[in-house]
Amino acid sequence: MKKIVSVTVALCLIFSLAACGGSSGAADAKRLTLNVYNWGEYISDGSEDSMNVIKEFEAWYQENYGTAVHVNYDTYASNEDMYAKLKSGAVSYDVVIPSDYMIARMVDEDMLLPLNWENIPNSEYISDDFRSLYYDPDDVYSIPYTYGIVGIIYDANVVDEEDAVGWDLMWNPKYAGNILQFNNPRDAFGTAMYKRGIDVNTTDPADWQAALDELTAQRPIIKSWVMDEIYNLMESGEAAIGAYYAGDYFIMLDAQADSVDLRFYYPEPTNYFVDAMCIPSSCQNKELAEAFINYMLSEEPAIANAEYIYYASPNRLVYESEDYIEEMGEEAMEILYPDLESFQDAYNTYAYRNLDRETLDLLSTLWETLKVS
Amino acid sequence: MNRKARGDSIAAVQRAALAPYTVWAVVFIVVPLFFIAYYAFTDDSFRFTTANIVRFFTTTSEVVTEKGIPREVRTYLLIFARSLKLAVISTILCLLLGYPFAYLISRAGARAQKTMITLVMVPMWMNFLIRTYAWMTLLQDTGLINSFLGMLHLPALHMIGTEGAVVVGMVYDYLPYMILPIYSVMAKMDEKLIEAAHDLGCSSSGVLRRVVVPLSMPGVVSGITMVLVPSISTFYISQKLGNGKFYLIGDAIESQYTANNLHFAAAIAFIFMIVLLAAMALMRKLTGRRVYEGGM
Amino acid sequence: MRTSMFSRLWTVIIFIYLFAPIAILIVFSFNAAKSLSVFSAPSLKWYRELFRDDVTLASLKNTLLLAVSASIVSTVMGTAAAVGINKLRRRWLAAALDTVTNIPMVNPDIITGISLMLMFVFVGRLFGLATSLSFWTMLLAHITFCLPYVILQVLPKLRQMDPALPEAAMDLGCTPLRAFFKAELPEIMPGVITGMIMAFTLSLDDFVISYFTQGNGFQTLPIRIYNMTKKTVTPKMYALATIIFFVILTLLLITNLIGDEDGAKRRRSKKRV
Repeated sequence: MKKIVSVTVALCLIFSLAACGGSSGAADAKRLTLNVYNWGEYISDGSEDSMNVIKEFEAWYQENYGTAVHVNYDTYASNEDMYAKLKSGAVSYDVVIPSDYMIARMVDEDMLLPLNWENIPNSEYISDDFRSLYYDPDDVYSIPYTYGIVGIIYDANVVDEEDAVGWDLMWNPKYAGNILQFNNPRDAFGTAMYKRGIDVNTTDPADWQAALDELTAQRPIIKSWVMDEIYNLMESGEAAIGAYYAGDYFIMLDAQADSVDLRFYYPEPTNYFVDAMCIPSSCQNKELAEAFINYMLSEEPAIANAEYIYYASPNRLVYESEDYIEEMGEEAMEILYPDLESFQDAYNTYAYRNLDRETLDLLSTLWETLKVS
Repeated sequence: MNRKARGDSIAAVQRAALAPYTVWAVVFIVVPLFFIAYYAFTDDSFRFTTANIVRFFTTTSEVVTEKGIPREVRTYLLIFARSLKLAVISTILCLLLGYPFAYLISRAGARAQKTMITLVMVPMWMNFLIRTYAWMTLLQDTGLINSFLGMLHLPALHMIGTEGAVVVGMVYDYLPYMILPIYSVMAKMDEKLIEAAHDLGCSSSGVLRRVVVPLSMPGVVSGITMVLVPSISTFYISQKLGNGKFYLIGDAIESQYTANNLHFAAAIAFIFMIVLLAAMALMRKLTGRRVYEGGM
Repeated sequence: MRTSMFSRLWTVIIFIYLFAPIAILIVFSFNAAKSLSVFSAPSLKWYRELFRDDVTLASLKNTLLLAVSASIVSTVMGTAAAVGINKLRRRWLAAALDTVTNIPMVNPDIITGISLMLMFVFVGRLFGLATSLSFWTMLLAHITFCLPYVILQVLPKLRQMDPALPEAAMDLGCTPLRAFFKAELPEIMPGVITGMIMAFTLSLDDFVISYFTQGNGFQTLPIRIYNMTKKTVTPKMYALATIIFFVILTLLLITNLIGDEDGAKRRRSKKRV
């Protein structure tokens, strides 16, 4: 009896807590539903005084179209997770935001629908630098959302300035036990291949083997294989060297311990990526999806997202906005929007492309060999 | 109604209560297994093949041992052996830590027992991802334990990224599952048996050895089952606390699934399942009791 | 019963081990900085953020809804199953059920998750559904992995119980069903309750199986936290864990206080006799 009473009391307490926020998501007869699938923490969601883009979209749509919309916003932690879910046909989504190589794969496998540009007039604000990229050469299936460049983050209190050059820093035995490497095959092999000047999209097994040799040589001096752990590790000074995306450097900078002095630089060559908005073929309401995409490209949401995510935006309305430039600050603008002769050239040369089945299998086998040693 | 008929009618009604579960079990436990088997024995175009199974046993890698000698190993067998090793160590530690603890709780007063058992379960309600992050904060080289040691002018311990850290994390997650079944059995152990043993002249350790331990065996078996198996397939803990240096069978399945090699992932899963079912059947034959007969 | 120094020490050590990470959680939930490992200054910032984070609160609600539903259904069905298994006469059936019941317990989560997903997708395709997964598929999956634990808790209690009890009840005029509710159920109640609590706990903390069987718009807390790891897990989640911790602690206190009254009443009534 007591237990039942106490359990009920607990549930009431917790339910009242949950009831403070959280909509029920019950379907309303006249209400439309939009299913969005995006990376985690990849939209301005109202935390820390930022704009809640989802809620604003629902309000905006209601105002301009007179119908209520409920957005189901689900997140994933990697392109492969998202792909596996969509491929299996288990769930349907209306908008999805994959990375370049994944978009190429999905186009190949007919998993995306062509976008109707008439419904997305704001697409004109995307800089010309982002037209005709390799994964969508005719600009049919996608419109860029964010982009970025991989760089090396290091603790100036541990690393000597003259060593902070190129990819070699990550292989420097002087800093053994202080180095972090990507815990996913593509990115890890990528660092080795950029270091050696090998094409990251090669199909030559000898090239991949050479990259494996590099990584095997690096193994003993690595502190940890990381994905999100890198934030903790670099902020606390647990590790002094790691490669990650430019925007994330600023997040770490914000939270670094007093004893840590984080700096950033781009080695040459390095990885460029673009994440773009697409509509999967399982979409249930294409026009609504396009309205959402168009909304995301408009000024206020685009700036809010760019400020929240801290990655570079390909949208003119963002990087030309004085408020945004002021908010980001000089250092951030310099690092996030480096002066490149031609973004397209750099991008098309160095970005990851979708590899064929054989090469992917080879990669996964080599990765396992590396991990098992 | 005579006694037997009454007994029979009760039994019949109670057996009928089994129906919903039987249907459920067939649909949601047995049928999915066929899906695993189906995927394990087919290739991408869904034609029958044993290639996936063969791949598990024959893939080899060249690894370089500490002495710098290259050696060819069977990749997945090695991964499985490593996962098993960590799981066994964790299970043994859980037993060593949990058994005396369960005994001590069972000897406490009724109210204290309830409180302590609930307290043991509380960590399980904290999300396990969060718990693992908290352990990172504790075990890191610049973490709290080392800061504390530094304050006492003691040398720092390198804990994170070692097998030890992974074991600490695993034991932490699974300890309550070892304590609860053992405690359950000990709590309902007849006090009179222990008193009788004392009366007959047994020393305390003798009582423990001859009365308590044998009687608590069903709980121990339950506990081991609930700890050993999940810990073989754990992957999150080894990534976070092991600094990604320990590639376990759970990692392998996950990475094959992520690489869209669903058939091979299913093959690994299938082999794993067969091994476990065989082990369970063996255990049943040896101990002569059904796994849940003694339980809690 | 002697509580020696050793046993006291052992108990304390184990409790420290169990609660050290929780202490970290609580302390860092008050961290002014965004970091999970560097404490800068005390602040209530993350609690404020938590209450404004609709998505996380919604996922908490979802998780609780799922856990409560799964534990209730699995407890009822599991108890009925245990009752039935207890009376089985055919050995082969008992052995088969034994094996089948153990499968969800011994199968790694990832396998149970993937296999259920494959099955749901297959069924979904048969019916031509766009989305095969939803709250209901998640619920079915959760019930499935909770059932063995319930059965494992109730069955030994049934074996321990005196079979004469329900017979006696029927002697006094009960139907078999009433005999169960009046005579057997109270006896096995501790097992049922423990089973339900275990089922609730398992469902609450499940990540892998939920991940594979989730549908649109119904995210549970573990999945939400995992997806935050793409960027960074903030102390906001620690704040949530801290709140849950204190709620449970409060419950414990309340239960103990009620227990106190019950015990006191019993003692008083004993005195009168």
